[in-house]
Amino acid sequence: MYFGLSEDQIMLQDSVRRFLEAQSELEHVRVYAEGDDALAGQLQNGLMELGVPLVFIPEAQGGLGMGVLEAALIQEMLGRFVAPSAFTPAYGMAVAGLNVGTNADQRNVWLGRIVGGDVVMGVGVTEAVGAREGAGLTLSAGAVSGRASFVMGAETATHFLLAAGDALVIIDRAADGVTETALTTIDKTRKTIMLDLENVTCDVLEGSAQPAVETMINVGRVLLAADSFGAAEMMLQKAVAYAKDREQFNRPIASFQAVKHMCADMAARLEPCRSLLWYAAYAQDNVPEEGPLMACMAKSHISEVGKFIARTATEVHGGMGFTDLMGLHYWFKRIGFNRQLLGGPEKTRHDAAVLQGFSN
Amino acid sequence: MNLDFTLEYQEFRAEVRDFLETHKDSAPRMSDRGVRSEKRRAWQKILLEHGYAARTLPKEYGGHGAAPDALKSRIIAEEFSRAKMPGGISGQGINMLVPTLLELGTEEQKQKYIEPTLTGEMVWCQGYSEPGAGSDLAALRTSAVLEGDHFVVNGQKIWTSTAAQADMIFCLVRTEPDAPKHQGISYLLFSMDTPGIEVRPLMTMTGQAEFNEVFFTDVRVPADQIVGQRGEGWMVANATLTHERGMLGDPDAALSRLNSIAEIMQKETVDGAPLMDNAVFRDRLIALQAEVFAMKFNGMRLTTSATQKKSGGMAGMIVKLQGCELNHRLAELAIDVMGEYGILFEDSPFIRDHGMWQTAYMFDLGLIIGGGSAQIQKNIISERGLEMPREPKVAKK
Ligand SMILES: Cc1cc2nc3c(=O)[nH]c(=O)nc-3n(C[C@H](O)[C@H](O)[C@H](O)COP(=O)(O)OP(=O)(O)OC[C@H]3O[C@@H](n4cnc5c(N)ncnc54)[C@H](O)[C@@H]3O)c2cc1C
Repeated sequence: MYFGLSEDQIMLQDSVRRFLEAQSELEHVRVYAEGDDALAGQLQNGLMELGVPLVFIPEAQGGLGMGVLEAALIQEMLGRFVAPSAFTPAYGMAVAGLNVGTNADQRNVWLGRIVGGDVVMGVGVTEAVGAREGAGLTLSAGAVSGRASFVMGAETATHFLLAAGDALVIIDRAADGVTETALTTIDKTRKTIMLDLENVTCDVLEGSAQPAVETMINVGRVLLAADSFGAAEMMLQKAVAYAKDREQFNRPIASFQAVKHMCADMAARLEPCRSLLWYAAYAQDNVPEEGPLMACMAKSHISEVGKFIARTATEVHGGMGFTDLMGLHYWFKRIGFNRQLLGGPEKTRHDAAVLQGFSN
Repeated sequence: MNLDFTLEYQEFRAEVRDFLETHKDSAPRMSDRGVRSEKRRAWQKILLEHGYAARTLPKEYGGHGAAPDALKSRIIAEEFSRAKMPGGISGQGINMLVPTLLELGTEEQKQKYIEPTLTGEMVWCQGYSEPGAGSDLAALRTSAVLEGDHFVVNGQKIWTSTAAQADMIFCLVRTEPDAPKHQGISYLLFSMDTPGIEVRPLMTMTGQAEFNEVFFTDVRVPADQIVGQRGEGWMVANATLTHERGMLGDPDAALSRLNSIAEIMQKETVDGAPLMDNAVFRDRLIALQAEVFAMKFNGMRLTTSATQKKSGGMAGMIVKLQGCELNHRLAELAIDVMGEYGILFEDSPFIRDHGMWQTAYMFDLGLIIGGGSAQIQKNIISERGLEMPREPKVAKK
């Protein structure tokens, strides 16, 4: 038994870390958040060169054939550097869905096009988690209509992979009958949209849509948890560094016990999340009977710890933490965004109860 | 990540299961914690014979002499917990003194004390804390003055668990009153039957006298009963404190508590509906379950670090703080779901689980305070883990 990362996994994560450290500095994030898509494109290209989009795609379709754990390690880094990237929907969830919910031909075609780079998927599965405002898609005679809300990956998507009732469909973003409404969320580093569809021609995937949608949600939950974990880790690191630097009453505030204990609490709650995240990611591929439960556990718990760290780390920075100047709020908002998508803590805990037969 | 066990470990697990199945009638009840319990000692003897207690301790001192193997220890712990059967005797003698003697004791001390401690014949208590020296342990004042070939001990200890039943004490005393406070302490071993010792039990909130006050008046201790050198007691004690913290905050205990609460919630009803149907209780249960899993996987990660002879770092440093807190919150949930039945105590009719939940809820608070309080743990995490500066010393008036 070995509970930990392999040399290769550590190297993979380090290479993404090094690239993002150089690319995704605060100034870049700021420019991107103000709407400069060119910069995001540049980051995308860099990640492409590192092979990041290929990581989770099976070798048979030209990918690197790695697992959810590797994808989570990458996502942790993206969260750590609040990188503007649609990795979760485009190269995590969509790939997971296409692996399960297609026939061999469709899988080859779509994953092949993703590898080739002419297709980038966005995903819309919000209604499979919980529909608000009567949203939802219906399929009739090969065309899809209705509303998909909080569709992820809008920054780069050329196509969307959507849950439509008990089917899974792909539409071209430029197809007739597609109306997009951009949403402004707290998190300016990622883009979500509403899609209103009217008789939009689609490719209906010929597989079992239900397990495919579930797999997409499980993988999505693990990756959002990884993103929050990375963001929280960075916030803690920034809080400790700031506390050592900032002086009041003629001493570094890091020597005040109230400040030390805030930091110790953050560290004590965060550290076990790392093991939970590793296991939850690993379970998706290797312990399938526990995969859905562990995705719920990681998503709910890391959302809670993330929220605690987002506020506490901000508090350690005093007034500075509250300013735009410091930019801490990008991490704060990233964690806040991840918390609500694909089921908040109460929803994911409810799902965990259902999975264990504690509720129906 | 590779969570599969190799054939060797699968076979080992099967062996442990076999053993537990064969011997299940000899095992005492989980709640049998009496230090003088005959049943526990008999069980301990069986465990020692089969290497399920004192597994890695050298044979010459009564151990099993197996090579340290964190995975096998893990498997033993898991299987005993799964079978709901108690493991070997644990207590301050076995968990704290024995490792210290192995590391720092003289050959004679090892020969004399380790084996009877392992079998449970010799019961120890830990004489560290004093009325004026709790978290600031190095402020202790109990004095030992060398007169000929004996130390003469005078002073008082407090919160000394099991002192009333103990045969022996490992005790911190001040031997060099003029040295700086950390350098004037020595570590002595002596019999609780030595003239001049008075033990006064202290009743705790659980209704039991879990600890005591111990008074020393001219207690004569042979000079060779010292572990380490004179003035090195602080270092010797710190070797044992690491062992104490390792023993608190066990994730297996949390997992089995969690499972028991889930059972209660499925079995017991309010207004005819199972407690599990209450969405608020259910949400609390699952929130705690996530934390239990996180601590369990954190423990697996530590096992891997141990097999690789690497330090656990932050993952290890947080176990006492998080583990004790988690256990306490589990007991809290158990009481809350039972409502009025949750307040039943001692031998009340209608009591659930022999009243273990209220006792645990109170006793766990003791564990949060004892063995280095939660606040002291946070000092350690921030200073050693996050490298934040120590509090500046307040100048003496
Ligand atoms: C169940 C139980 C069993 C025990 N068994 C034994 C035993 O067998 N042998 C033995 O020697 N001792 C034993 N103890 C004693 C235990 O080690 C002490 O209680 C503990 O170290 C705290 O010391 P104190 O009680 O004097 O509290 P204090 O040190 O007075 O602490 C009171 C409060 O102040 C806080 N505090 C103190 N210093 C600091 C600081 N530097 N920074 C922040 N906060 C601080 C503490 O966290 C605590 O909240 C036991 C205690 C308990 C509860």
